[in-house]
Amino acid sequence: MSLSPDGLPAVAARSVGKSFRIPEQRVHTLKERALHPRRRIRYQTFRALNDVSFAVAPGEFFGIAGRNGSGKSTLLKCIAGIYRCEGDIWCHGRLSTFIELGVGFNMDLAARDNVVMNGIMMGLSPREARRRYDSVIDFAELHEFRDLKLKNYSSGMLVRLAFSVAIQVDADILLIDEVLAVGDAAFAQKCFDVFHRLRDEGKTIVLVTHDMGALQRFCHHAMLLERGSVVHLGKPEEVADRYLEINFGRDPETIEARGGGGDGDARVLEVWIEDEQGRRLPAVPQGQRVTLRAHVRFMVDVDDPQAAVHVYNEEHAAVVVASSWVQHEHSGSFHRGEEVVFSFSFDNVLAPGRYSPVITLAHRGSGLDVMDRYERGFSFMVTSTLAMGGLVDLATDVTIERVGSQIEQEIGA
Amino acid sequence: MSVAESIPYESLGRPIRGPEALTRDWRRFWHLTLNIARTEWKLRFFGSVLGYFWQLMRPLLLFGVLYTFFTVIGHVGRGAAAAPGRPNHLYGVQLLGSIVLFTFFAEATGAAVSSVVQNEPLVRKIQFPRMVIPLSVVLGALFNLGLNLVVVLIFALASGVRPMLSWLELPLIIALLTVFATGLAMLLSSLYVYFRDVAPIWEVISQILFYASPVIVPLLSVQRALSPSLVKVYMLNPLATTFQQFRHAVINHATPGATQVLGYGGVIAGVGIVAALFAIGFTVFNRTAPYVAENL
Repeated sequence: MSLSPDGLPAVAARSVGKSFRIPEQRVHTLKERALHPRRRIRYQTFRALNDVSFAVAPGEFFGIAGRNGSGKSTLLKCIAGIYRCEGDIWCHGRLSTFIELGVGFNMDLAARDNVVMNGIMMGLSPREARRRYDSVIDFAELHEFRDLKLKNYSSGMLVRLAFSVAIQVDADILLIDEVLAVGDAAFAQKCFDVFHRLRDEGKTIVLVTHDMGALQRFCHHAMLLERGSVVHLGKPEEVADRYLEINFGRDPETIEARGGGGDGDARVLEVWIEDEQGRRLPAVPQGQRVTLRAHVRFMVDVDDPQAAVHVYNEEHAAVVVASSWVQHEHSGSFHRGEEVVFSFSFDNVLAPGRYSPVITLAHRGSGLDVMDRYERGFSFMVTSTLAMGGLVDLATDVTIERVGSQIEQEIGA
Repeated sequence: MSVAESIPYESLGRPIRGPEALTRDWRRFWHLTLNIARTEWKLRFFGSVLGYFWQLMRPLLLFGVLYTFFTVIGHVGRGAAAAPGRPNHLYGVQLLGSIVLFTFFAEATGAAVSSVVQNEPLVRKIQFPRMVIPLSVVLGALFNLGLNLVVVLIFALASGVRPMLSWLELPLIIALLTVFATGLAMLLSSLYVYFRDVAPIWEVISQILFYASPVIVPLLSVQRALSPSLVKVYMLNPLATTFQQFRHAVINHATPGATQVLGYGGVIAGVGIVAALFAIGFTVFNRTAPYVAENL
């Protein structure tokens, strides 16, 4: 953990805990309360957070991962000052929040009124808040809809506006709750750009996310919550590994020994995607030639291994399937401990969206004798300026020719 | 966890306090209250075709109905005397003035009841001083009161009321009424989070208060019907105190004012009641404010 020159973290938490009391039967009315004054209301106590301690240095990008209901959002709300909690939390600097996919809008008002109101809530003066409005609308790309009431916005537009508001306050600390799960591919790409920019500007960011790819790409440190407690605090790679274990019941021992469902004679260490210049990218534009690479290590001596890739889209349809077997049936002999990279290059005609490649390593033969299967560890985005709606966008030439119509022929005759 | 031990907690200063009713940043508090009140106001009046005139029509229509019914048909106004033996030709203006004051009170408290719950999206997503919500409701009602009082003023001048030095009491009267309404607004808005039948209950109480205050029935008629000690109890209702003083100080000196009925001690007791209610409302709101977000 790195600290600022004066040694103080931007956000710190000591033994933070939070319980919710859930009444077993909810007494909603004064009448019931008055008629049965002595009836005891029984409560169930739900422990949402338990003894959570961590610190985020100024300028640090801090990730919080965890399954649904693990207390991530509750923690964020405690930091944001929306819930009162046990323990202590310190925040140094102005806070901006993006929580539950919004920043608190009044649906009956137009974007302008909401943006100004929000600015004042964040502590800006009304004049500063009004000045900020243009940059918010610019970023959200909602110029055409600036006078529309928010209740007529689509949910995607709302999220865009909210995120834009949250990042344009010029805050020192940003609390962002799961922004990547919504919006289209172009928006996700925009979020990534913003994350890069904020990181470069030295802002402190606390990001709650399920996207382990993003976690590893952006965060300096990360924390994994499970049932309200800190399971792991440290490097994002470690957190991502633990998250996948918890989520998919994958035991690290098993992975070491047998791989993800295979016999473990080889292991996929890493998967990534590159553009033509060989740059690793979280998102690739449509139309370029891209290369998907899998870094593999052999645990025993293997003859003629094969690797296959299935690229799944968000609907879990395998859009691209390729195997090394087709071109390299006799791929050669490899020794124990040897490492190779399998590369799959293709013209990226994929429709914009998120894709998850699954890499399967198999022994010689039918391909069913699996050594390792790598799934859910990596995903990438495809961006495009135009989404036509197909699974792939093939270069399509369209021509229009006039042909003599029936009527003309009849008139001519 | 080892990381936790390495954090210099002692040098971090004061931890954040979580959600609160108030804030130390009064500028932000004021901007926020004003801005919420203004947007709510804009929403109400620019959302409908007739806009502001609707808001004006409500007290005026009520006035028209009551005036017609009680003076032309029921002869209350004609019989209503400012003092024994002297008919009160300013009954109409007094009726309108009381209706306008009551409209302010009913609007401020009635809209405040559900205000915190209705602002759920804000409360659940942003940290801001919660007290802003009921206060902005009262402030919005105050805007309306100001505009309606202009109408009362025109009506009064047209009826022959001449400017008086005692008009200087008007800000005091409105201030007392506002403190009363604010106390109730804080109390009701925080109770409504826990008990949803507060809304209909308050509607009924509000109606009762309308008839238990000198709006339609002049004080003299009340004095004729009740014993002097009961009249004092009637006058201790803060609405009765303020309305009656308004009728006396702003419109017609011949009508007895609050001090004449209650005595100075009584008026101080009345102010004490308002202060106590405000304190209760404030305390309840202040206690519940940190937990509102999780109880919505």
